[in-house]
Amino acid sequence: MKSRSLANIYRLGVKELWSLWRDPMMLALIVYTFTLAIYSAATAMPETLHNASIAVVDEDVSPLSARVVSAFYPPHFTRPQMLELPEVDPGMDEGRYTFVLNIPPDFQRDVLAGRSPAIQLNVDATRMSQAFTGAGYIQQIVLGEVNEFVQRHRGSAAPPVDLNLRARFNPGLTRAWFGSLMEIINQVTLLSIILTGAALIREREHGTIEHLLVMPVTPAEIMLAKVWSMGLVVLCATAFSLKTVVEGVLQVPIEGSIALFLGCAMLHLFATTSMGIFMATLARSMPQFGLLMLLVLLPLQMLSGGTTPRESMPELAQHIMLAAPTTHFVSASQAILYRGAGLDVVWPQCLAILAIGAVFFSVALARFRKTISQMA
Amino acid sequence: MNGGGGGAAPVVRLSGVGLRYGATQALAGIDLDIPAGRMVGLIGPDGVGKSSLMSLVAGARAVQQGRVEVLGGDMAERRHREASCPHIAYMPQGLGKNLYPTLSVEENLQFFGRLFGHDAAERRRRIDDLTRATGLYPFLARPAGKLSGGMKQKLGLCCALIHDPELLILDEPTTGVDPLARSQFWALIARIRRGRPGMSVIVATAYMDEAERFDWLVAMNAGRVLATGTPRELHARTGTDNLEAAFIALLPEEARRGHRAVEVPPLADEADAQIAIEARGLTMRFGDFTAVDQVSFRIRRGEIFGFLGSNGCGKSTTMKMLTGLLPASEGEAWLFGHKVDARDIDTRRRVGYMSQAFSLYSELTVRQNLVLHARLFNVAVADIDARVAEMSARFSLDAVLDSLPDQLPLGVRQRLSLAVAMVHKPELLILDEPTSGVDPVARDNFWRLMIDLARKDHVTIFISTHFMNEAERCDRISLMHAGRVLVSESPAELVRQRGAESLEAAFIAYLEEAGAQGEQAAEPADEAAPPVAEPAPESARRPAAFSPARALSYSQREAMELMRDPVRGTLALLGSLILLLIMGFGITLDVENLDFAVLDRDQSTLSQNYVLNLAGSRYFTERAPIADYADMDRRMRAGELSLALEIPPGFGRDLLRGQPVQIAAWIDGAMPQRAETAQGYVAGMHQTWLADMARIRLGAEAGAGAASIETRYRYNPDVRSLPAIVPAVIPLLLLMIPAMLTALAVVREKELGSILNLYVTPVTRAEFLIGKQLPYVALGMLNFLLMVVLAVVLFGVPVKGDFLSLALATLIYVLFATGFGLFASTFTRSQIAAMFVAILGTMLPAVQFAGLLNPVSSLEGMGRAIGEIHPASHMLTISRGVFTKALALPDLHGAFWAMALAVPVIIGLSIALLRKQER
Repeated sequence: MKSRSLANIYRLGVKELWSLWRDPMMLALIVYTFTLAIYSAATAMPETLHNASIAVVDEDVSPLSARVVSAFYPPHFTRPQMLELPEVDPGMDEGRYTFVLNIPPDFQRDVLAGRSPAIQLNVDATRMSQAFTGAGYIQQIVLGEVNEFVQRHRGSAAPPVDLNLRARFNPGLTRAWFGSLMEIINQVTLLSIILTGAALIREREHGTIEHLLVMPVTPAEIMLAKVWSMGLVVLCATAFSLKTVVEGVLQVPIEGSIALFLGCAMLHLFATTSMGIFMATLARSMPQFGLLMLLVLLPLQMLSGGTTPRESMPELAQHIMLAAPTTHFVSASQAILYRGAGLDVVWPQCLAILAIGAVFFSVALARFRKTISQMA
Repeated sequence: MNGGGGGAAPVVRLSGVGLRYGATQALAGIDLDIPAGRMVGLIGPDGVGKSSLMSLVAGARAVQQGRVEVLGGDMAERRHREASCPHIAYMPQGLGKNLYPTLSVEENLQFFGRLFGHDAAERRRRIDDLTRATGLYPFLARPAGKLSGGMKQKLGLCCALIHDPELLILDEPTTGVDPLARSQFWALIARIRRGRPGMSVIVATAYMDEAERFDWLVAMNAGRVLATGTPRELHARTGTDNLEAAFIALLPEEARRGHRAVEVPPLADEADAQIAIEARGLTMRFGDFTAVDQVSFRIRRGEIFGFLGSNGCGKSTTMKMLTGLLPASEGEAWLFGHKVDARDIDTRRRVGYMSQAFSLYSELTVRQNLVLHARLFNVAVADIDARVAEMSARFSLDAVLDSLPDQLPLGVRQRLSLAVAMVHKPELLILDEPTSGVDPVARDNFWRLMIDLARKDHVTIFISTHFMNEAERCDRISLMHAGRVLVSESPAELVRQRGAESLEAAFIAYLEEAGAQGEQAAEPADEAAPPVAEPAPESARRPAAFSPARALSYSQREAMELMRDPVRGTLALLGSLILLLIMGFGITLDVENLDFAVLDRDQSTLSQNYVLNLAGSRYFTERAPIADYADMDRRMRAGELSLALEIPPGFGRDLLRGQPVQIAAWIDGAMPQRAETAQGYVAGMHQTWLADMARIRLGAEAGAGAASIETRYRYNPDVRSLPAIVPAVIPLLLLMIPAMLTALAVVREKELGSILNLYVTPVTRAEFLIGKQLPYVALGMLNFLLMVVLAVVLFGVPVKGDFLSLALATLIYVLFATGFGLFASTFTRSQIAAMFVAILGTMLPAVQFAGLLNPVSSLEGMGRAIGEIHPASHMLTISRGVFTKALALPDLHGAFWAMALAVPVIIGLSIALLRKQER
């Protein structure tokens, strides 16, 4: 009986693979999501502070102010745009400049006279990602230039305490490293839900699933077949993408064990494919499924820690997102891929993903027969 | 000239017409003149090109080869097609395929009336006339999807006739319709023709008895015309007395070979025969609708038991209850003495089921389908090859074993379905209308197989059909109507009991007695006024380049469908609010509560002071101290620590002596953005600490630098995430949700078939797309208003700028978003693909490239290019500008025009990519 079941699961899974193989449009989209989409998302990610648009209003026009202006150059900043005072507000309103530096008249004279004059820095604070870091950089650059300028005139002591600050796991803080891997995780989730959920709705609309249900096959077998076959497709695509696009083209060094990552991905796929099936038992038609999918995918993508850090989110959001498999998967993959963590570190996440997957799977299983036969 | 032998000029003239689908030659070298003013029948097996020919004549399919002249003009010319389509009516194959199931009879008719430019009064008059004449008048308010098969076809006919066509094209209008409804349908056509003697009618049919009554026939086979002429001429030419025989005689030798009349040996009467199926009081209710009402029967082993009745009378539902697909609301059923139970795997192995629609895997080859089913039904591995070979030989599938089912004609696919249902040698076959839409020769072959199974292998066969000649071959039949079994007897006994001349007449008599005429209550007497033929208004004669009325009729229809599916609308509205809520609160760029720990090798007051400086801020939370390097490594790898500090031994001492000291700090760089911000914090706090120390030691004077920087955080002085994120999430949602809605709206019509109305009515592509777009634009704007209210009330993010500017920009933006959905659905064929394209085309640009988190100017490569031109980035600028910067349109005209430009581009592209004809 057990082996029969396994054989059925195997057969049905092979059938799913054939179906996918004969659907060129889906194949093309899968290839796109795991190559070009990842490449473009990774390369678009700005490196640290990148091309921050800056403008300068120079009311001093002194050697010192010229020195300050020339200290801003790509890649951190764009070449500074020189503005007149009245041009500042419209420029910032239209979002053309994130930073505008205003060097007051007689700046150099006041500096040399030790009057400690103030430069005004306007920051467009709606651009949160650049506002803080950029302001810090600008401050350092400007003060550095000013100090150096003053030193030539006066000389000054070195700071007594030196802070030796290094970033571990990604010394250059290269965003492409982060972006490419997180994009893979997003695509894994998206594809596994579409491949199982939408495909199940289509089978329901075409009546083929009904046909299966009159055969000596149980719903659990049908579902497991979908889980393993579509999971396998996505897993292979992930491995391929990791090897060729991420390591090959994007030259991202992967610190941890890829095998362990793929193992976690397998668990994650079990959870997401089950989720896809579960959603397909909720929606009564493809348009409904499409909306439902958006509703689920967006928070999964934005709030699971792959886009912004989890610990900064409100407590409630953090707790709710604990129910999503992606949250655990993201945290496990970050640990494995960037920090080279082993199973001894990520096992709690693995367990969580497995538990979430099991819940989705069993709820979907309980709903399967009932909802499939009552197709709208 | 007049090949057909009528008096008038031909209404359709085909010369050298050919058509291919990929490798399949559907039509080849057709030369045909169809006489005007006649009732012309196209007869022939399935897959011989009847439907292809009709869609060419109707202009629904593009002409590939040869010349198609209809109503005196060339159908390959667009101008002629546009001018003539108001005079052609086309009713495609399949019950109610071009109707909208959620719309009522009245609404369907109103929609078609508007497409042809009738005004309200004119529409009212025509609808009343037509529905009175067809007996649909009492059902005006009923949704089309809930009509019986016969009524659906009548409604289809009404929709086709609403614009007084000169040429009426009906593709198998009576397939799947019960005999009573069928005879009423033809009476109706006859009456309409009496009222409009000039009208030409072309009908494809699988019923030879119907074809006998037509004026002129075209017999087709394998994409070619076999013969033309009146039925009498065809009889005379073949020396036969009925069309069925005549047609078979016309077939080329090899196609005819093996055909012989079906003979049914009598069922051996065994008193002790085992009961294969027993049903007692089976009832199925869907809500307040009773689909099957107290159905009981017993079927003996080896018996062929027929279920007869119209579509929607409960045949399929009964069969599904027997297979366990549907749990019965009431009553019980037994298969081989076992109670029907959905979980009973063993019983399922003894049953073969073939559902109404072709439900095998079209992506698997014929052989793969057979093997898969054999394996699933637990046929021993060693026997599989033999069994598959046996089936393919028995059902003549050898030649097509490696083809995909989609490439095969319907008749062959039905044989495959039966082969698959038989591959495990079941003892019971449940067949739901297996021969619907299959031509006579194939049907006879099919029956021979089944009789063979029943008589030789003692397989019990439970079959539903609406062909009378098939019903006559059953051992017993049950007549079903409106969920109830009227009578169960042997066919001969039924005819005898009613004293009727044929089974069909007996069936009609039973139906009438059962009150089927109730549906036909308004059936007028034959002499009642047929629909009045008045010249259509001028607007319909000369199609305008863009008719707002037609576009609006599509809008109205789309809006009604949207309202009939409240789940979709609610999901769109509520869903976006929920998402705004989650993401507004959830996405935050403030980096706070970073975990850090210290490896303090000094443990002096100064080192502790340094640590306190960090721990006291809201950005950092201190964790247990680090024991050694290994501990630090482990905790950083696990992601427990975002920052680790090492303070060297002698830190306090050296510092006081003024000797240079160094603190080491490691930041978790796995998430670069967080690392950068944290870096800034640490460096900043280090500086502050140093300044404090200096001040304490040297007095306030030394603290002041050579210059200072005053930073003004504008628009969002507290640098809070909410005012930055909420105005950005709104455009994100307004891109994704409307695009998803429209993407499925068009491609769904493609999958379900109602896209035909675009092909054959005067509506242009622009009218179709824009008409469909408008309701979703309205929904999008409603969505926008709700989200703004939520932003203001719940998030406390006020609209500081000009609200009207924001609304106007949003309107343009939603036009783009819905336009993108339309675009995604113009070149895809399936709903999944359209959905996929819509997600890929909106999610990545909106989330990554539009400046939600990183400003567009800081992006690179392809992402930068997309971000620069994508309307989402412009809308983001406008939304943030109005919300947080108190701006109005004049300040934002750059972004506004860039966005506005994208609308005609995307809609133009969609129109260019959409096809007005099938290829």
